[in-house]
Amino acid sequence: MLAYSIRRLIALIPVLIGMSLIVFGIIRAIPGDPALAILGQKATPEALKQLRHALGLDKPWYTQYFSFITDLLKGDFGTSLRTHAAIRQEIWPHLAATIELSVLAMLIAVVVGVNLGILSAWKQNSVIDVASMVIALVGVSMPVFWLGLMAQWIFSIKLGWLPSIGRENIRDPVTAITNFYIIDTLLAGRIDQFWEIIRHLILPSLALATIPMAIIARMTRSSMLEVLRSDYIRTARAKGQKMFWVVYKHALKNAFIPVLTVIGLQTGLLLGGAILTETIFGWPGIGSYIYDAIQYRDYPVIQSGILLVAFIFVIINLIIDLLYAAFDPRIKYK
Amino acid sequence: MSTFFYIILNIANSIDNNLNFLYNTPISEFKEINARAKKGGAILSEPILKVQNLKTVFFTDDGQVPAVDGIDFYINEGEILGIVGESGCGKSVTSLSVMGLVSEPGKIVDGKIHFNGEDITHAPERKMRTLRGNEIAMIFQEPMTSLNPVFTIGDQLTEAIRIHRKISKKQAKDRATELLQLAGLPRPKALLDNYPHQLSGGMRQRVMIAMAMACDPKVLIADEPTTALDVTIQKQILNLMKKLNRETGTAIVLITHDLGVVAQMCERVIVMYAGKIVEEGAVRDIFNHPSHPYTKGLLASVPDLRRQTSRLYSIPGNVPKPGSITEGCLFYPRCQEAMAICAQKRPGLVDLKNGHRVRCFLHGEVEEA
Ligand SMILES: Nc1ncnc2c1ncn2[C@@H]1O[C@H](COP(=O)(O)OP(=O)(O)OP(=O)(O)O)[C@@H](O)[C@H]1O
Ligand code: SF4
Ligand SMILES: [Mg+2]
Repeated sequence: MLAYSIRRLIALIPVLIGMSLIVFGIIRAIPGDPALAILGQKATPEALKQLRHALGLDKPWYTQYFSFITDLLKGDFGTSLRTHAAIRQEIWPHLAATIELSVLAMLIAVVVGVNLGILSAWKQNSVIDVASMVIALVGVSMPVFWLGLMAQWIFSIKLGWLPSIGRENIRDPVTAITNFYIIDTLLAGRIDQFWEIIRHLILPSLALATIPMAIIARMTRSSMLEVLRSDYIRTARAKGQKMFWVVYKHALKNAFIPVLTVIGLQTGLLLGGAILTETIFGWPGIGSYIYDAIQYRDYPVIQSGILLVAFIFVIINLIIDLLYAAFDPRIKYK
Repeated sequence: MSTFFYIILNIANSIDNNLNFLYNTPISEFKEINARAKKGGAILSEPILKVQNLKTVFFTDDGQVPAVDGIDFYINEGEILGIVGESGCGKSVTSLSVMGLVSEPGKIVDGKIHFNGEDITHAPERKMRTLRGNEIAMIFQEPMTSLNPVFTIGDQLTEAIRIHRKISKKQAKDRATELLQLAGLPRPKALLDNYPHQLSGGMRQRVMIAMAMACDPKVLIADEPTTALDVTIQKQILNLMKKLNRETGTAIVLITHDLGVVAQMCERVIVMYAGKIVEEGAVRDIFNHPSHPYTKGLLASVPDLRRQTSRLYSIPGNVPKPGSITEGCLFYPRCQEAMAICAQKRPGLVDLKNGHRVRCFLHGEVEEA
C-alpha cells in the first residue's frame, strides 16, 4: 500500500507541471492588458510601460513562468493587483468556505446516495426501490441553479425556516481560526453560533448534493444488484451470516469499487457546481473570489485561484486512486 | 462395448467400496452410539437429514420451472451420499433448497425437509441462520468465484467461526490456522493474510472446505466440489473430503455428474434426471445392476483410464428444460430402450431389492402417483 501510494505521488509531478503550464498559458492568452486594467484608459504609455516592467510582464514567457513556479514552491502566490494584499492570505478564507460547503455536500451525497442505492438493490422492486429510484431520476434531471432557487424560495422566502444567503449571521460574525466555520465555532465553544452556521449550510449543501446523490444512488444500485448475484454472496449466506452484514460487508465493499469512480467524477463536477451555487446563495467561496478577479483582470489572483482549484482536482483523483487500492486488493499487485 | 467398461470399473470400485465399508462402518456406529447417548436412545435410526417429496419451482416470466420435482432422500450421520445427474437436472437447486437459499423467483412449493428430527422446510430465516455454516455447511461448484475477492482468507474464515461461536478474534485465528492445516494447505499462518486471487483453484476449494468445516457441521453438502478442477487436484480434494468424513464424522452429500467420483466416495447413490430421482440404491448394486437406461448411459460415460484410446461416451441429447415435457417418461426423447407406453405414461419408482429403486417401465408398469 505504501509503495503504491508513493508511486501514485511521483506520478503526480508531471501532471502538476503540465497543469501549471496550461494555467499559465491560458491566463496569458486572455485578451486584455493587466497594466491597462489597473491604471485605467487614461494612463500614459510611460506609466503603462513602467507598470509592466514592475510586474515582470515585459520579460520573456519562460522567465515569467520560472519565477511563477519558484514563487509557488515558496508558497508565495503573489499580490493582488487590485487590493495589493498577499493572495496567500486573501484566498484562504474563500477556499475554506468552498471546501466546507463541498465536503459537506459530498458527504451528504455519498452517505444518502450509497444507502439509497443499497436499499433499492436489496429490496429490489419494492416500494423503497421504486421511491428512491424516482427520487434519483428527478434528482439527476434538475439543474443545480434551478434547484438552488427553488430551495431558497420555498424554505427561506415562503416558510422562513432557513437563511437564504451568506455563510454566517453578519451581525454575529465568526472569529476565524481555521476558516472552517463549523470547526471554528466549536473551538470557540459557541454552540449557538455553530447552529447558525449549520442553518446557513443546509440549503446550499443540499442543493449541491442532490445531483451527485442521485447519480451515486443509481450507480450503487446497479453495482449492488450485480454483486448480490455473485457466488461469494451465496457463500457468505451459507455461512449463516445475517443479511445485513452480507449486504453491508460482503456486497458493499465489492460494489463500492465502481461507485468510487462516479464519486470521483461527481466531486469534480460538484466543485464546478459549487461556483454556481455560491453565486445563488451569496457564498463567499473561491468561485466568487475568482469571478471578481476576472472582472478586474487581476492576473495573479485568477492564476492562483484556478491553479488551486485544479490542484484540488488532482488531489481528489489521488484520493480516489488510493481508495481503489484500499477497496480492491487486486489493484496493488497488477 | 459399454458393458466391458463397467466390468473393469466394477472390479476397481468394488475393492474401493469394500474398503469404504471397512472404515466407514465403525464411524457411523460410533456416531449412532453417540447420538443415542445424547438423545436418550430415542432416535437411533432417524437420519440426520431427510428430504421428502421436495418440489422447488421457479416462477419465471416464461412460466413455472419445476427444477426439483418430488425428490426423496435421506442421509445418516457419518455417511457419504452421492447425488449424480447431468447439468441442469436440479442438483444445485436441491442443495440450495435444503440450505434455505433458493434465490428469487424460486420457491419450495411442496415437501418436507427434516434436519436432526426437526422440520426446517419453512423455518424462519433466523432459525436457518443458526443452522447454516454451523450444522449444515455447503461448498460450491465454482471455487474461483466462491470466495469474496476483497477480503483476506483469514477474514473470511474467522468470520465463519465467529458467526456461530462466541470466541475472541485471536482464538478464531488459531482455529482458522488449524482448519487450513486440516484442509491440507501449506503454510496456513501466512495464508490467512492472502487474498483469494493469490491462490489456485484447488487451494481455494480447500479453503472453502476448511470454511465449511469451521463449526464441525453434521452435514456437508458438496455441490460438484471438483468439477472445475483438473484431475489430479480433483483426486486430492476427494481424498481430503473422505479423510474429513472419517475423522470428524460429518455426513457428506456429494453432488457430482461423474459416477466415477461416486464409486470412489459413496456407499449410496441417487441418480437424478430432470428434477426427479430415476434410480437409487447402494453404489455396489447400481454399478453391478444399473437398471435405468439413463444410469447405464452415465456409467458408459465414465472415463476409463485403462483404455486410453476410447472416446468418451456421452448420452445423446440434452436434459429437457424442466416442465417442457408434459407427457410420458421424461427420459423418453433420449432413451434407447423406450417402449410404446413410455410416450404416454409417467413411470413411478419401482422397488427392486435392498432399497434399490428405479423409475422405468422396463422394471414393471408402475405409474407415478
Ligand atoms: N434462478 C432460476 N430461474 C429459473 N430457473 C432456474 C433458476 N435456477 C435454476 N433454474 C433451473 O433449474 C434447473 C436445475 O438447475 P440446477 O442448477 O439445479 O442444475 P444442476 O443439476 O446443479 O446443474 P449443473 O451440473 O450445471 O450445476 C435448470 O434447468 C434451470 O433451468
Ligand atoms: S420408462 Fe421408457 S423411456 Fe423412460 S427410461 Fe424407462 S424405458 Fe426409457
Ligand atoms: Mg449445479
